[in-house]
Amino acid sequence: MNLDFTPEEIAFRNEVREFIRENYPKELEGMGTREDLTREQFLAWHKVLGKKGWSAPSWPKKYGGTGWTSTQKYIWSEENARVDALMPLPFGVSMVGPVIYTFGNEEQKERHLPGILSGDVWWCQGYSEPGAGSDLASLKTTAVRDGDHYVINGQKTWTTLAQHADWGFFLCRTDPNAKKPQEGISFILVDMKTPGIEVKPIKLIDGTHEVNETWLTDVRVPVENLVGVENEGWTYAKFLLAHERSGIAGVARSKRGVERLRNIATNELVDGEPLLEQPEFARKISQLEIDLTALEFTELRTLASEAAGKGPGPESSILKVKGTEIQQRLTELTLEAVGYYGAPYAYGMEADGKNDFGVGPDHSNYAAETYFNMRKTSIYGGSNEIQRNIISKMILGL
Amino acid sequence: MDFNFTEEQTMIRDSLARLIREQYDFETRRKVVASESGWRPEMWAQFAELGLLMAPFSEEDGGLGGGPIDAMVVMEEFGKGLVVEPYLPSVVCGGGFLKRGSDAQKEEYLSGVMSGEMIFAFAYAEPKGRYNLADLETTANKNGSGFVLNGHKAVVIGAPWATHFIVTARTSGDRRDKNGVTVFVVARDADGVSTRDYPTVDGRRASEVYFENVSVGAESVVGEVDNGLPLVELVSDEAIAALCAEACGAMKVAHAMTVDYSRQRKQFGVPIGKFQVLQHRMVDMFMEYEQSVSMTYMATLKLDEDAVTRKKAASAAKVRIGQGGRFVGQEAVQIHGGMGMTDELAVGHYFKRITMIDSEFGNVDHHLKRYTDLSGADMAAAAE
Repeated sequence: MNLDFTPEEIAFRNEVREFIRENYPKELEGMGTREDLTREQFLAWHKVLGKKGWSAPSWPKKYGGTGWTSTQKYIWSEENARVDALMPLPFGVSMVGPVIYTFGNEEQKERHLPGILSGDVWWCQGYSEPGAGSDLASLKTTAVRDGDHYVINGQKTWTTLAQHADWGFFLCRTDPNAKKPQEGISFILVDMKTPGIEVKPIKLIDGTHEVNETWLTDVRVPVENLVGVENEGWTYAKFLLAHERSGIAGVARSKRGVERLRNIATNELVDGEPLLEQPEFARKISQLEIDLTALEFTELRTLASEAAGKGPGPESSILKVKGTEIQQRLTELTLEAVGYYGAPYAYGMEADGKNDFGVGPDHSNYAAETYFNMRKTSIYGGSNEIQRNIISKMILGL
Repeated sequence: MDFNFTEEQTMIRDSLARLIREQYDFETRRKVVASESGWRPEMWAQFAELGLLMAPFSEEDGGLGGGPIDAMVVMEEFGKGLVVEPYLPSVVCGGGFLKRGSDAQKEEYLSGVMSGEMIFAFAYAEPKGRYNLADLETTANKNGSGFVLNGHKAVVIGAPWATHFIVTARTSGDRRDKNGVTVFVVARDADGVSTRDYPTVDGRRASEVYFENVSVGAESVVGEVDNGLPLVELVSDEAIAALCAEACGAMKVAHAMTVDYSRQRKQFGVPIGKFQVLQHRMVDMFMEYEQSVSMTYMATLKLDEDAVTRKKAASAAKVRIGQGGRFVGQEAVQIHGGMGMTDELAVGHYFKRITMIDSEFGNVDHHLKRYTDLSGADMAAAAE
């Protein structure tokens, strides 16, 4: 056991750092923690990485991954977090991509993987429904075979950033008579321009338009868009969720967040002294940082065991639970640190150009909005309660 | 970065686990703990035979060429078996000082530690010093070329079995000064040394150790006169990493026993492990345990880094393990219900050991403050 970087790894770190410094889009600097961005902003860094061949480090090399070791991947996220880089969105690279290269046919791989890697095609996730949240398998959206097409009807919800999406991956019921709710579900790729799809915004408590309702009425999708085997979509859905969870810890980004919090607490004054020197507050930061260190080393251990040949298993649920708890506490402490300047509201409903109106110190911008927004993290990707059910069943065997 | 154990480390783990399984079952331990001496010297001899006492020392010093990770492996297994023999005081602490001592000290003492013939105890705590390693009322006054020690050391773990003590004493400066701390080796049978021995709540033995005009020679000083604190802090951080490993072993067993019990115990017609409220709590225990293992690796792997990094790592681990251990221990008893309260079941004994670990070498509050102070020093250094 050791924590040392080899000379090759140090050289790799320098190469990565240099590449980021020279190529990270100037217009995105300082925007990495924001939610209210345009499609072009969201994709700018992704497209640069796509050209370089670095947009999907966790993919197998033959599908366009980098072939990096787990240490290199660790260095990669650390270096990006240093500049608050806006990383490729998860829907293509972390979610549907691995499902397509693992369960899809050759034609699907050729058709879809390049667009995911390059960042030219935006994907969205059609999983949740108004009546199917934690109980995802109770979903009701149907796909009925009609000649060479499926005809899809139903309503999806919480479709993140679907307003920008070119394609979506949808869980649909293809066998209404299956014995168990998990059976009879299929995983279908849908061109979001197909007639019959309507995307309606849902405004969230932080004022952003991040998620949508997606209505599907007689949407005709060619049968070749079915991934894998009809009625076995639940297997692929679970596989995808395990992949989603492993990236969800957000360690490098949270470390950067703690650094930012320390700076805020150095500049906020209490009786003329930095807030950071108040023992009560300083110890809250210490506790957060300590818990983050525990998460970091848990993730490193998980990566090491993945490198030894095990895919993301139920252990990724620990990363999801602890990672999101820490992200939430970080934003909670940041809001606490800025005091009453958390109150001025900086967002508009539209996705562009509604902010920075210059009230209070810069560091107080978005503190409350981000805190409100991050409450989502313990709810999405399988709520933290569902993660505990998974660990209880899969690891403890209860 | 590499999180794999070497073949030797895996071998140590496997053979120690077997030995504990075969000769250190709970009933046997109970009898030993209740016996007059409270330990088994013959067990110690077997540990020596397995190479455990030599494992963490360099080949140059006559050891097996391992280091803190080997000690971590041993301590984790000791935690699983609630082993009472004094590996931490003698090998980790005693050996930790002596391997940094003079050649003569290595020859005279370190070889004894490694063979198991000498047992060391670490007399650092004092009745009024709490967790401040420099808050010393014990004095060592210069007397010719040597020193005369006077003072009272508190709750010295393993002292009743010790042949020698490592003693911290003030050779100059005021009571809490960082300078003026010196480390000594003192034989238990030296004139003026007396002890009051007692059992601890978690099955070990300890002593109040008194020094009354104890004369020692200059060759008894380990490290530098007056400048012993950095060494004391270093060895204490090594002890913390080893204690964390012991806690992990104990937490693992306490959790496994709890999950197992919840499968057997039926109420309202079903095993209580079917209740989601208990499942989630056992999952939380599991997560606390996993995070504790991560922190133990982290602190152990950072022992050889610069002093600030090392201290922060040790304190961070001690905080997390103190908190995680409290949670796991308390919930293990709670989920066992009334049975968890009984002396007859092992789980309560794991709870007691895990609880006591928090107060050894500084508790959660102490280390949260130490970590915070060090972070402040870090920031100030970065700003300069």
